[in-house]
Amino acid sequence: MADDTVADDDTALISLRGAALSYGERVLWQGLDLDVRPGEFLAVLGPNGAGKTSFVRALLGQRQLSAGTLKVLGRPPRKGSRHVGYVPQQATLSAQAMLRARDLVRFGIDGHRFGPRPRTGAVRRRVDEVLASVGATAYADVPVGLLSGGERQRVRIGQALVTDPRILLCDEPLLSLDLHHQRAVTELVDARRRSHGTAVVFVTHEINPVLGLVDRVLYLARGGYRVGTPDEVLTSEALSQLYGTQVDVIRVRDRVTVVAVPDEAAQEPHHPELPHGVRP
Amino acid sequence: MTLADGIWQQIFTFDHYGELLALVRNSLIAGAALGLVGGLVGVFVIMRDLPFAVHGISELSFAGASAALLMGVNIVAGSIVGSLVAAGTIGLLGSRARDRNSVIGTIMPFGLGLGVLFLALYKGRAANKFGILTGQIVAVDTPQMSWLLGTSAVVLVALAVMWRPLAFASADPEVAEARGVPVRGLSFAFMIVLGLAVALSVQIVGALLVLTLVVTPAAAAARITASPVLLPVLSVVFAVVSIEGGILLALGGSLPISPYVTTISFAIYLVCRALGTRRTRKWGAARATS
Repeated sequence: MADDTVADDDTALISLRGAALSYGERVLWQGLDLDVRPGEFLAVLGPNGAGKTSFVRALLGQRQLSAGTLKVLGRPPRKGSRHVGYVPQQATLSAQAMLRARDLVRFGIDGHRFGPRPRTGAVRRRVDEVLASVGATAYADVPVGLLSGGERQRVRIGQALVTDPRILLCDEPLLSLDLHHQRAVTELVDARRRSHGTAVVFVTHEINPVLGLVDRVLYLARGGYRVGTPDEVLTSEALSQLYGTQVDVIRVRDRVTVVAVPDEAAQEPHHPELPHGVRP
Repeated sequence: MTLADGIWQQIFTFDHYGELLALVRNSLIAGAALGLVGGLVGVFVIMRDLPFAVHGISELSFAGASAALLMGVNIVAGSIVGSLVAAGTIGLLGSRARDRNSVIGTIMPFGLGLGVLFLALYKGRAANKFGILTGQIVAVDTPQMSWLLGTSAVVLVALAVMWRPLAFASADPEVAEARGVPVRGLSFAFMIVLGLAVALSVQIVGALLVLTLVVTPAAAAARITASPVLLPVLSVVFAVVSIEGGILLALGGSLPISPYVTTISFAIYLVCRALGTRRTRKWGAARATS
């Protein structure tokens, strides 16, 4: 691949200037200025339909911005870069996939290559190494169809990391995982960015599992956005301004709950831990 | 008692077996090619959840073959044209799994209806008509052989080239797309390959029973292994054993080949299923203790 040379370590790995994305008339977000540095953990929050997944697709080179510029590793995003790892929600993995966990990891190395590709010792060792690093050695030879959701996500993180990417994009990787596996998955991602300086962009509808780990939050809503540390963004004042109506952010110990989110957001609650009766 | 004996003799007859064997040499070669193609294509049919598409394509293939029979042109060519029309339509219209089944369900009866029409208009030998639906063994003459083997070669080369990205795209389409795999292009390419494989199968086992070669062997193999090497190998072995076994058993009698093929294929599936249940338990136990 031609992208083996990338920009210096000090510069931002992801850089957006005046970026906007819209579907026809509907503007998802606009005027977005953002730099993501090596080793940074950025959580992308917001109600359903705010353009969180579209943000990831833009970073993957699958969607064009409608305005502004986006640079990933110093150049416009390109499909299939080995420097960008991707982990979507676990349900997108086919239950009929007749593959073992180790085969899925190997796809991260050469799954996109056409033509017969014999298995080499180096490939096998790398796959074993990655499986061990995500704690999946015990079920390396189990068909993925028989794995639990949490086990699959561990394997997929291994797959995303097998090429040693400099950016890891996660789109709702915790969806339908139990608390134990949510913690395991977030810890893997966090360990990776600390050990290798991988920048993490983590889309989630639920901030609490990653609240203690994130450096900054990108909150998308109502065609606008807020960027900053969780303490700056997850406040009643900041979110009220973003939504253009009164929103209350309640902090109980180390958990955050957003209440009284109006219309569009209220129809599809983006903070499902919200107790019943508190919702507007 | 005598009636039962008579039926038994009709099903299993081995008189003049040596002479008969020479007659079906072509069919045995075609059967081996077909087993190879069906076994390999079946792996992706299961992974991509396409058994219903296989059935739909085979009905259009039947319509193409009966049209060819009526017009007096090459039946294999007619069957391939029918298959490709169906596979292309399903590939274009039903790219999403949700649409796909209704598209297939709409195309299939129309194809079957056309086929019945062409056969009703056909005034030739009745055995020819029946053969397209339920299979035949002695029908493979030399020009048909070259069609069958040529098409098999095309399918095998196409599969060899796209095997890995196709497996990636079938198992995990979102990640595959993010990694630069042309997911949609492969999806369409596979439908075309599947169309060709189905057209081949129709020649031997007949349009009604294509699933026994293109789905059952792979489904059986998937019960006992998930190894990317062993799975296709076993699937091919099961498909070849079913079809060659079917041809050899059907040879002496006057019955069509398909009941023999489907029975062997189904028996293999049952054995694999039983073995697979034990395997699943073993994996569960292994992880519980680890």
